[in-house]
Amino acid sequence: MNDTALVIAGRRFTSRLIVGTGKYPSHAVMAQAHAASGTEMVTVAVRRVNITDRSRESLLDYIDTKTIFILPNTAGCYTADDAIRTAHLAREAGLSNWVKLEVIGDERTLFPDSEALLEATRVLVRDGFVVLPYTNDDPIVCRKLEEAGAAAVMPLGAPIGSGLGIQNPNNIRIIREFIRVPLIVDAGVGTASDAAVAMELGADGVLMNTAIAGAREPAVMAEAMKHAVIAGRMAYLAGRIPQKMYATASSPVDGVVTR
Amino acid sequence: MFITLNGEPHELDGPLSIADLLTKLSLDPRRVAVEHNYAIIRRHLFADVTVHDGDRIEIVNFVGGGSTPGYRS
Repeated sequence: MNDTALVIAGRRFTSRLIVGTGKYPSHAVMAQAHAASGTEMVTVAVRRVNITDRSRESLLDYIDTKTIFILPNTAGCYTADDAIRTAHLAREAGLSNWVKLEVIGDERTLFPDSEALLEATRVLVRDGFVVLPYTNDDPIVCRKLEEAGAAAVMPLGAPIGSGLGIQNPNNIRIIREFIRVPLIVDAGVGTASDAAVAMELGADGVLMNTAIAGAREPAVMAEAMKHAVIAGRMAYLAGRIPQKMYATASSPVDGVVTR
Repeated sequence: MFITLNGEPHELDGPLSIADLLTKLSLDPRRVAVEHNYAIIRRHLFADVTVHDGDRIEIVNFVGGGSTPGYRS
């Protein structure tokens, strides 16, 4: 099948699956899952170094940076200022000027604070970052994020870690129509069919963490997700049939053997 | 002298460079980012910036996370 690569800010990705690095039983299991997923981009959080316990191995030792691009995130930030500061630290510690921008507005739902997200996007774009904002599935906010210079928009399918699947498919479809930059569904995927649905709706990629890391067999789920993203993408490109209430025979009506 | 290191009081013998502080803490300078009194210090300046009594130092690195709930700062 002929498909174009996913291109974000001029960088090409063959895989449309972006994976997190948190909540795995071990770094080794994470590395197996990354390999099985075929991902070319993983997201990592920025945190204070644990000064007293230096025994823990470095996460980066378990990421194959020859094939996997590292996308730092601002998870855990509740204000634009904190997110901006974290993004700058990530750029300094890391290998690139990309950031998955999260500005959370509520602890229980982890829904983004759209106002602060827009503000932080504007500042970080001005500061030279490639900004990928994690946003509510609000088409108007997504349009404003694109206008603010976001390199992609990443609407949630459902609350982070909920595994509920795509709660508002119609909004994802509308967002796809509203924006020109890549649309990555970020958060809410629970199982492979959810990822396929996201891609069938027109998403250019899917980002997930818990669905893989929390599965009983992370590497097996990672492989399932790889296939689901490819299947959903192919179905989107193939153009699905219209949905109808009643049956339409798929065999010829003429020549049926009768008495 | 005392500095505030990642939000906690930390005792040091005396003023030293950020590069020496990282060595003292067994941290790889290529794997971390450092804030000195709220200003990010570029890696090539680690040897040139001196940490004094009362300074605030933040040292961060990358940890596992996707869209995981983090700490509230």
